[in-house]
Amino acid sequence: MSLIRPPRSSLDDLKPELVDLERRLFLRGSLSLGALTMLTGCNLVEGNSVDKALLAMSRWNDKVQAWLFDPNKLAQTYTRADITTPFPFNAYYGKSRAPAVDGAAYRLEVSGLVSDRKSWTVEELRALPQESQITRLICVEGWSAVGEWSGVRLGAFLDRIGADSRARYVGFKCADGYYSGIDMATARHPQTILALDFGGGALPREYGYPMRLRMPTKLGFKNAKHIAALFVTNDYPGGYWEDKGYNWFSGS
Amino acid sequence: MSGDAKPKPVASEPRKRRAIHSSIVRLTHWINAAAMVVMVTSGWQIYNASPIFDFKFPAWMTLGGWLAGAIASHFAAMWVLAINLLVYLVYGVVSGHFRRDLLPITPAGVWRDTRAALAFRLPHALGRYNAVQRLLYAGVIALIVLVVVSGLAVWKPVQFQTLTWLMGGFDSARVVHFFAMAGIVGFFLVHILLVMIVPRTLAPMIVGGTAPEATP
Repeated sequence: MSLIRPPRSSLDDLKPELVDLERRLFLRGSLSLGALTMLTGCNLVEGNSVDKALLAMSRWNDKVQAWLFDPNKLAQTYTRADITTPFPFNAYYGKSRAPAVDGAAYRLEVSGLVSDRKSWTVEELRALPQESQITRLICVEGWSAVGEWSGVRLGAFLDRIGADSRARYVGFKCADGYYSGIDMATARHPQTILALDFGGGALPREYGYPMRLRMPTKLGFKNAKHIAALFVTNDYPGGYWEDKGYNWFSGS
Repeated sequence: MSGDAKPKPVASEPRKRRAIHSSIVRLTHWINAAAMVVMVTSGWQIYNASPIFDFKFPAWMTLGGWLAGAIASHFAAMWVLAINLLVYLVYGVVSGHFRRDLLPITPAGVWRDTRAALAFRLPHALGRYNAVQRLLYAGVIALIVLVVVSGLAVWKPVQFQTLTWLMGGFDSARVVHFFAMAGIVGFFLVHILLVMIVPRTLAPMIVGGTAPEATP
């Protein structure tokens, strides 16, 4: 993996442009200038050293952000008048390729460090206490949009399935092949919900039907859509974009 | 030789004269320059992912290769920039560097020196800033503080929500961050141009130089 080289998979929405050799050399040269100020003894000849330095800093930034995270600090909430319409679509594929999940056949699989591994239907999830929020989703690209989501508070759900409260991470696997994970403190934040509704109705297909993670304390790409499986773990869960170089914690 | 005492040196031994730029000023200046180049060029790549205005920065001017590389570069160099800035600000206050070299900045002085500069009659004395220089240097320091504060507001709009609120909200904090960058880049261009016009100012920022005797 190279952090400063775009991934080779097709990226309909992010469209990172392929870079020509000349520019690559320029980037290496100018990046090294920055790396030089960060690191002593950085081997500028070894091509991978810049990536390594940047990844080490990204892991350091994960720790700093976990330390900065206040479990009781709430993100700003908005009124219905502030809602962004149309709400932007964003994924690693085009809108037409968003998965069509069969809600009747859907089962949320639960695994890992939990005492109750039973799977959940949409109806069972809807029967749990629902919470609503109108919050700002901030994309890693820089744009932001206000939307209304409601669903089950993840912290309450973790209690219900008997999750190990000392476990470090909650991981998610999605129907579209996407995967991600979050720290336990964020999972238990009062505004972190397993959203079933968007804008007052069931989540539309392209916005994550039948269930997505919604938390205003992390960037948009951490808010996994079409969640098919949830697991509690002490092993670093990585993520689709995170494994390509995006900062893992990505807290707001 | 008999026991004649050697003539005592009378005022011939020069008093220790301070450098035009102290070692801390020189060190923080160049660390800031390097970190700022990384921050600005990676910031342009991040900007291009979702432009605020109706233009993008040419790809060859940007750093990081793609968005993730740019963000990783930005959030690595930010530590260098911020810690270096903190060292400089503390030094500037404690050592008297700000009071001695940047103050006072008076409207009358700036007006006088601006007219002189535009008429190419402004002396560029080493070790002593004219009023226009003081204004520009104090201004760019303020802009760097602003770019850091607005950057924190964009990075952590929940944890640092008071900062984000002060910036007028998340979207507005991005705009403030952008214009603070634009001001710094504008300063940089003028700064480089003036160093090219008055090249003897460059060496003291590298090796220190010797300041002229203070005028009474």
